[in-house]
Amino acid sequence: MSRPDRAAAEANASVKGLSPVRARGDSVSERLIRLHNVTVQYGAADQAVLALQATNLEVGRGELLALVGPSGCGKSTILKLLGGLIRPTSGAVSVGDDRGDVRIGMAFQNPTLLPWLTIVQNVMLPLKIVPPFRNRFRAKRKGEYLDRVQHLLEQVGLSGFGEKYPWQLSGGMLQRASLCRALVHDPSLLLLDEPFGALDQFTREELWGILQQLWMTHKPTILLVTHDFREAVFLATRLCVMRPRPGQIIDDSLVEFPRPRTLEMTFGSEFVAAMHRARMLLGASLSGTDRGGIK
Amino acid sequence: MNSIAQKLGSAVFVLLFFLIWELACLAFHVSDLVLPRPSEILVVLYTKGAGIWPHAVATLTSTVLGFVAGVMAGILLGVVIGYSKIIYDALYPTLVGFSSIPKVALVPILVLWFGAGTWPAVLTAMSMSLFPVVVNMATGLATIEPELKEIMHVLKAKPTDILWNVSLPRSLPYLFASLKVAITLAFVGAVVSETIASNKGIGNMMMIASSNFDVPLTFAGLLVLAVMGVAFYAIFAVLEARFTGWAHRGSQQ
Repeated sequence: MSRPDRAAAEANASVKGLSPVRARGDSVSERLIRLHNVTVQYGAADQAVLALQATNLEVGRGELLALVGPSGCGKSTILKLLGGLIRPTSGAVSVGDDRGDVRIGMAFQNPTLLPWLTIVQNVMLPLKIVPPFRNRFRAKRKGEYLDRVQHLLEQVGLSGFGEKYPWQLSGGMLQRASLCRALVHDPSLLLLDEPFGALDQFTREELWGILQQLWMTHKPTILLVTHDFREAVFLATRLCVMRPRPGQIIDDSLVEFPRPRTLEMTFGSEFVAAMHRARMLLGASLSGTDRGGIK
Repeated sequence: MNSIAQKLGSAVFVLLFFLIWELACLAFHVSDLVLPRPSEILVVLYTKGAGIWPHAVATLTSTVLGFVAGVMAGILLGVVIGYSKIIYDALYPTLVGFSSIPKVALVPILVLWFGAGTWPAVLTAMSMSLFPVVVNMATGLATIEPELKEIMHVLKAKPTDILWNVSLPRSLPYLFASLKVAITLAFVGAVVSETIASNKGIGNMMMIASSNFDVPLTFAGLLVLAVMGVAFYAIFAVLEARFTGWAHRGSQQ
């Protein structure tokens, strides 16, 4: 048996805390997102890059789905498709049910706050844009909306910093504010594109806890793109492992550790086994023997 | 503290400049037909003030009218050009062509169309202040970080939402930088046009004074122009600091 094959075989052995999504059958509870046979190709004909190849994905309301994989595996492409920033080359993307539009919140690796607005004004921006909030924006921005923003800032540990400008805050604080902006209009779908990627380990772990808390209280559907297996297993209810060139999903599992999960749990053997399994799958699927393999 | 010292420093230098001028003229017995002393110029300003005033008002009016028209047209054109790559590519060569014409050369044509007087001055001022505004506005819009727009697209913002909430505020530092240049150029345009073809304005007054060898009055006109120019610049520098402080924090902190 060659090494990649053996790695795949070992990875597929059952791991406590993880179970394949297929075991649930097709009954995804109240589906919110559906990618059907979606292919995305960047660039012109002969230099085209297949960012995503014939991908199928269904996500139900309230799931916290982590997309993990190396750069170029199409995980950010999936978020851009869902956010309506790009269109698929072929296939169909649907977000929401027949009841109409879904409110979406998005946060990127960079906080992308507007430098001429205070933190409060930045967080309030979606309320100015998104219906039904925008219709009442003028009347409510001083009262109800301000309370809402202050409450969110409090939850992420930013109370007292609302009147500061972005350049007066550290990277971690900006990322917290960026999360608040993604959440303020009560989105039913939250798209997070490596939101903690640029932060130091301690800030990152603290924000994991905050995000878990926010998810447990508001239960939005979250798609989290990351290349950190520990982050993915810590946060996710469901984990999709992706491989690059061409981008596709190679594994789809439910993560069934109890909540609230603690940092302590991430060092336990079951948690490590789950991380290990996901990492092995990726190592085995990449061509070449040593590239990305785990010994 | 530091800024007070700076202001004091520049005030002292201005006074010193005039003092040296005065003393040098006295020491070397410079004729007031060549270079009048600052004290003589001040006396002229005081005695002939009532006569100078309408001219100053005329120049001020032409400059401000031309500047306002030029800036409004410039913002509009800049937004159109900065927003669409196609329009940018189509219009840019023509704009460069127009902007490279020396604006003084427009004055005879404007006189043909509108007659000598206020209108050529206003239009020259406008044509000179237009281009810096167009170029800066278009640059400001074209260099917006795509992430800022993506945030708005995800929220399904309308194009006007993006314009008011992101594009225009993000371009303000570029706009204000161009306004300081534009007001100075508008002033130059108005005075040049008055010098060539008008019967009022400081430019016209200086032409007449110089042909009468009334050198102190000519210099008095120059001083009035200098004061007006500095005042214009200062007003826009203050407005810039007020509205776009977020973009200049490095120099303030």
